[in-house]
Amino acid sequence: MTPSVTTQPSPNRRRSNWQLLMANRLAAAGLFIFGFILLVAILAPVLPMPDPNMTDQPNRLLPPLSQGHLLGTDHLGRDILSRLVWGTQISLIVGISATALAALFGSLIGLVAGYARGVTDSVLMRFVDMLMAFPYILLAIAIVAALGPGLLNALYAIALVNIPFFARNIRGVTVSIRNREFVDAARLSGKSHASILFTEVLPNVLPVIVITMSTTVGWMILETAGLSFLGLGAQPPTADLGSMLGQARAQLFTAPHASIIPGIMIFALVMSINLLGDGIRDVLDPRLRSGALDRPLSVTHIARQTTPAATLADAPVLVVDHLFTGFANGGAVTPAVRDVSFRLGKGECLGIIGESGSGKSVTALSLMGLVASPPGVITSGAVYIGGQDVLSLREHELIALRGARVAYVFQDPLTTLHPLFPVATQIAEAVMAHNQVSKRAAHQRALELMETVGIRDAADRASAYPHELSGGQRQRIGIAMALANDPDVIIADEPTTALDVTVQARILELLQDLRRERGLALLLITHDFGVVAQVCDRVAVMKNGEIVEQGETASILRAPQHDYTKRLIACVPELGEGHAFLDRVRPLFEETRL
Amino acid sequence: MSQPAVDMQNLVKTFGGGRSLFGRAASEVHAVRGISLTLQRGETLGIVGESGSGKSTLARMLVGLEHPTSGSMAIEGKPWSELASSGTRAFGRAIQYVFQDPVASLNPRKTIGDILDVPLRLLCGYDRDRRARRKQELVDAVQMPLDTLERYPHEFSGGQAQRIAIARALAAEARILVLDEPVSALDVSVQAQVLLLLQQLRDELGLSYLFISHDLAVVESISDRVAVMYLGEVVETGPAARLFAAPQHDYTRALIASAPRLTVSDSPP
Amino acid sequence: MTAYIGKRLLAAIPVILGLSIIVFLVMKLIPGDPAQALLGSYATPENVARINRALGLDRSWPEQYVIWVDNLLQGDFGRSYILNRPVLDEVIERFGATLILAGASLVICSIVGILAGIASAVRQFGWTDRIVTFFVLVGISMPAFFLGLVFILFFAVQWRLLPASGMYAVYGGGDLADLLRHLILPAGTLAIVATGVVARLTRAAMLEVLRQDFIRTARAKGLSENAVIYRHAFRAALVSVIPVLGIQAGFVLGGAVYIETVFQWPGLGQMLVKAVSTRDLLLVQGGVLVAATVYVLVNLLADVAQAMLDPRLKA
Repeated sequence: MTPSVTTQPSPNRRRSNWQLLMANRLAAAGLFIFGFILLVAILAPVLPMPDPNMTDQPNRLLPPLSQGHLLGTDHLGRDILSRLVWGTQISLIVGISATALAALFGSLIGLVAGYARGVTDSVLMRFVDMLMAFPYILLAIAIVAALGPGLLNALYAIALVNIPFFARNIRGVTVSIRNREFVDAARLSGKSHASILFTEVLPNVLPVIVITMSTTVGWMILETAGLSFLGLGAQPPTADLGSMLGQARAQLFTAPHASIIPGIMIFALVMSINLLGDGIRDVLDPRLRSGALDRPLSVTHIARQTTPAATLADAPVLVVDHLFTGFANGGAVTPAVRDVSFRLGKGECLGIIGESGSGKSVTALSLMGLVASPPGVITSGAVYIGGQDVLSLREHELIALRGARVAYVFQDPLTTLHPLFPVATQIAEAVMAHNQVSKRAAHQRALELMETVGIRDAADRASAYPHELSGGQRQRIGIAMALANDPDVIIADEPTTALDVTVQARILELLQDLRRERGLALLLITHDFGVVAQVCDRVAVMKNGEIVEQGETASILRAPQHDYTKRLIACVPELGEGHAFLDRVRPLFEETRL
Repeated sequence: MSQPAVDMQNLVKTFGGGRSLFGRAASEVHAVRGISLTLQRGETLGIVGESGSGKSTLARMLVGLEHPTSGSMAIEGKPWSELASSGTRAFGRAIQYVFQDPVASLNPRKTIGDILDVPLRLLCGYDRDRRARRKQELVDAVQMPLDTLERYPHEFSGGQAQRIAIARALAAEARILVLDEPVSALDVSVQAQVLLLLQQLRDELGLSYLFISHDLAVVESISDRVAVMYLGEVVETGPAARLFAAPQHDYTRALIASAPRLTVSDSPP
Repeated sequence: MTAYIGKRLLAAIPVILGLSIIVFLVMKLIPGDPAQALLGSYATPENVARINRALGLDRSWPEQYVIWVDNLLQGDFGRSYILNRPVLDEVIERFGATLILAGASLVICSIVGILAGIASAVRQFGWTDRIVTFFVLVGISMPAFFLGLVFILFFAVQWRLLPASGMYAVYGGGDLADLLRHLILPAGTLAIVATGVVARLTRAAMLEVLRQDFIRTARAKGLSENAVIYRHAFRAALVSVIPVLGIQAGFVLGGAVYIETVFQWPGLGQMLVKAVSTRDLLLVQGGVLVAATVYVLVNLLADVAQAMLDPRLKA
């Protein structure tokens, strides 16, 4: 079964969020610097500094470290340190206010548009598109041109041009939340639309709003400073950091410090905010936290304490020997597959059956080192293909075996085929990965394979993209790709779970025929005893990462030995059994309630 | 017998259609094409069909989450249009819905107590004390421990989450439940337990079920009557035992032939 | 494909109309009575009314808008009374310089940003990744106008390597080499922020794609790691990077305002800043309209390029 991906707050979220943020050294540094700047800016009125606007012509353009002027003076003899502190205060106020305004209106537009959909959505988003259609700062300049230069007008302009950014982000998230079933459930519980929007949807969107704000506030400060630099924001004698820089530019060659000091200040302020913002984003984004965005290696990490024999004499085509696979979690490894052993001969079909979380898919992926790593790690055991341990091979040797001697068919062919390549190209690619043939020949071979797996008019369908085919046809393409290099073993991981029963029956039939004709060894991973009964010679039952029982399919189905197997089989309703099924299973659960 | 729990006549739902901004006709999807069905009181009506058969659209129309394009429905004798004009609360009091994905149907940022509180407050209008008592009764009815109420949805497994979702549907004290693939996302052993629970609740509370699933054996185990849907139409209806033993329609036969069975066959079908 | 391009072109028309409405409304925000402003404080009510009639200001706003658009379509953007020449002539002349600057920056940020993003994603958490991530952070935190000044101080004043300002040397320049020498500093400065944004989003897109099921399929086929990354993963990531490049076109067009001011580049941005300070509103209006229209067309190109890569979008 597919694991469902959900954004779940962990139980002790508040405390661990803070700890996580502090564990990120860059974010902690950002927080420290930003906190310091903020504190100084707030304390500006009480700090012992000269009046920032007091001019002193005789002492103009003093260098830094002058008597009484730690950072020197500007072209009017004003104390740069004092102006810097006051200017920082103004830049902060304007930048944060602009962010707050843009976030408020942008989020509101995004929430309403995403929730209401339909005409409201179109109208609001077309308006947002219009604002987006201006090259970023030009609209702000046009607005300031019309309203007249000034700090407040610059603030409005910056807020307005940033509304689309919030609106689009928040709308996207709202749409995905809106489609979740709990929104419909709340509706059926009697909640009004407004109540659903603000009490059901908003709490789930809030982290995204916070992330968006924390990653844009630095940018907003830059933008307001930019407008002031051009003389369109703060007007003399008031100075924010941008206008200090803009005014000092005329003396760039004679007194560079007057330009460089406010410039560095803007940079330090924005950099600290960005560091902190990235830290907040990393903490709040559940995918980053869970490592779901870590780059998977080409082969699962193998960390075996002992090295088993590299070869095995007189072995059947596939032997799995005491395999352990786990997921690294901090320093520890949580086991997912424990001491799994089985053998599979030519032309044979072994089913591995288990419920979700039993480790059956991880077992299948471990065989060719396809468990995503990090966090996956194979900690012990061996996998012999034709008597050779593949886990002892070097990386490129293992990669050369994939698709050649051992091929995979995966669960949902819509997500497992590349969406941007025509299907025949994808099959041809599998051919060319292992054979020195021309593109033409590979394409020809792909067409033959498509016919083999029962796709009519293969030549016509060759240039189709996966999304243009039906589910059953897509899975046939997946099988054709697996057959491309006449493998010895095909590992099919829930190959029919995403399909309707009538289609499932035909796909299973196809796999069965191919196995018979080509003497393929088939390892079939499934959760469905019906599928096992129909296809497999032998079956292994997995629970919590271990095989609890394995043997001939017929005997296991007729007379299961292990309690878990007995219970599993008993829980499968049989067609034709009718209401008798529930009466039959009731005693199983009488004693052991949840 | 009094009037049926649900009565549907010639129900049609078409998505899309109309014209786009530049005057081209958008393509139409006929999800449901003229369905007439009745659900008697105290009965479980099973609906089987494959993806694209329109079974979920039908269910969503019943609870007022979609508007039918044409046709009529009556729920406990009240016309659908009358319920629709008096708002979703009227629907919620008469008919409730259990979703396929139990985890997605619970808001991850609310406790189970908060989630169960809403229908009790808005649909039943109970005061605080009575709500607290009802919540405990509900949790008990679906065989969950009492501390369930303070916990968040992600702390539960799929089967437990589905029990909670059933408790929420029961909270509204509606007499009719629409169960849309309620056990499809669950493992077999959990599936059997949820089916047992559903049967027990129906008998104890006198509920009527519209049970939707793609799994023939599951539908057969709990339904009194079964309707088979194919491409938006009902191709066959009948008592569960008769329909599976002696299917009349070709599509029903194909469905039954395709369903995997536990009996080991030496030659594939 | 042609049908798709036609459809996108049609869809661009309402956007451009919308732009013109926004610009029109912004100009209506201007406080005060234009006729009053034109005539000064000695105006008689009769004269104000006469001027209003002459300028069409006595009509309703929709009527005024239609007349204005009609004039625009005939190439009449009005006359700049400060420069005493038609607005359109000035805008087109200036826009050429801006296009050179913005185009060069866009090319730099696309190439450098994408390469850095891929390198960073492929070696996630390695040294390459750390260095790229650090420079990206510095890039997006650095005020471009300040960085420009620092570059001038070092490259032009201290080391005398490159010219500090202008587009061509005053004496003896004028050829392509001269233009390129003048272009390096402003285009480089302008590209820095955009490069950071592109690198960051390319990295995120690559990491997202590398976790997809179809990448596992590519690996299961036995493709080499290079084929997996550069053929399968990059192709899919590019679909989400292209619209980002479209947005960056807007950033460099807008950011040109600062850079042109700092480097005295004779482009549209410098013109706009001057026009705002002299309150030459017709010039502002014309400049913003032309730049925005070009930006809409650039985004249209990005949409088409994206659809060529992703067949699912053409539906």
